[in-house]
Amino acid sequence: MTLNRRQFFKLCAAGAATSAISALGLMSEKAYAAVREFKLLRAKETRNNCPYCSVGCGLLMYSQGSGGKNSEHAIFHIEGDADHPVNRGALCPKGAGLVDYVNSPHRLQYPEYRAPGSNKWQRISWEEAFKRIGRLMKDDRDANLIEKNADGVTVNRWLTTGMMTSSGMANESGIATQKFARSLGLVAIDTIARN
Amino acid sequence: MATQDIIRRSGTSEATPAAQARVGGVKQVAKLFDATKCNGCKACQVACSEWNDLREEVGSFQGTYQNPASLSPECWTLMKYNEVEADGKLHWQFTHSACMHCADPACLKACSTSGAIVQHANGTVDFDSDKCVGCGYCASACPFDIPKINPVDNKAYKCTLCSDRTAVGLEPSCVKTCTTGALRFGTREDMLFYAEKRVAELKDRGFTNAGIYNPEGVGGTGMVMILRDINDPESYDMPKDPQIKVSTELWQDVLKPLGTAGILATAGVALLHRITVGRNIVEEDQPGYRDEDHEEDSK
Repeated sequence: MTLNRRQFFKLCAAGAATSAISALGLMSEKAYAAVREFKLLRAKETRNNCPYCSVGCGLLMYSQGSGGKNSEHAIFHIEGDADHPVNRGALCPKGAGLVDYVNSPHRLQYPEYRAPGSNKWQRISWEEAFKRIGRLMKDDRDANLIEKNADGVTVNRWLTTGMMTSSGMANESGIATQKFARSLGLVAIDTIARN
Repeated sequence: MATQDIIRRSGTSEATPAAQARVGGVKQVAKLFDATKCNGCKACQVACSEWNDLREEVGSFQGTYQNPASLSPECWTLMKYNEVEADGKLHWQFTHSACMHCADPACLKACSTSGAIVQHANGTVDFDSDKCVGCGYCASACPFDIPKINPVDNKAYKCTLCSDRTAVGLEPSCVKTCTTGALRFGTREDMLFYAEKRVAELKDRGFTNAGIYNPEGVGGTGMVMILRDINDPESYDMPKDPQIKVSTELWQDVLKPLGTAGILATAGVALLHRITVGRNIVEEDQPGYRDEDHEEDSK
């Protein structure tokens, strides 16, 4: 096809006019304004309890992954469990933001030890941690256990150490905690719900 | 799917309306905020940012628990802590501040970008960020000061009423998390029915000014509120009589059709001139004559 200068200009003008008409809205387009894709589609749903206070709200935790052995199931969303009798789906602001606790870079992931007077934390093994805790507990208990009161009645009180327990416990773990702590003679037992 | 239930879209005239077939069939939904039940815990604010993957930067203390100070591109739901003095007492009045999902949305009217703001058949007003050009007309038109422009990508953002959740039959994230039941979600009809019952109950208990905030100036809202004193919505930082601005209506309903008519009229007159008067033919003996047929030869 050969075009002279004038025909070329005519073609350009026709093209510009056509696109101008379509820009005026005379040409239809698909009215696709999709909502954001539902992000829990086929996510793995795991039930758990919120441990952050003694109310013990039920949680639904969502993680990616088909369950295949080659994928890591990182939690990306947590919301209330509507079937849980305690909260029936609701969560307080602390609970509503739990996913950021789970994935927090500040989360404690291993035992650490700060020596008295030091301002540095040093990583220690679980073995060292348990040994150290056991040693200190035994030394303190041996030194300070009150076996009998003034009237000579056996009381077995250990008043110089207290114990902080989980707050979101079921009856079963609650009674196990009581048995452990009371058998040592501990009187001061509290939960993190008071934080 | 939700992609097919759009009943109103921005940047289109009434000559080419969005699909209307589902208007009668889909129930209008509403979120009910009962300010008299809210204890200001902020769970709605946290749940909103958690679900929508928004993480507003931690701000600084402004002398109030309200943080951030206002809605932002990364904060679509904000707990407002209004301190009001009445009868010699301090009232701490909380407002669940988020998009009101007006039946007649000013943002949608003001938006000139085709399909950047849409209204779904259930009444939800939603932004399609991908189409947004960041002009900010929606932000200045909104009588509730809801849409915010993100300086990072120059796009407008606001509460979607969790359209991605409601599309699969779930309530919005803020409603699900509310521990006191101050937030409820359901059909507009049901929410208004419940609100009326609650207001009657409040009046019985001595809150004689309690009432429903569902402003008619914007055709009613998809977020209905129960306020302690309906005569003073300003004490909740809500406008008394929100309206679509006259300038927005003039621009969209008068000026723009006039402009289009002007362009069409110009084209029409040009066509008419071509038919009736015809081309301006230059005679062979006049200056400026060019012989088109032999133009190539003459070079």
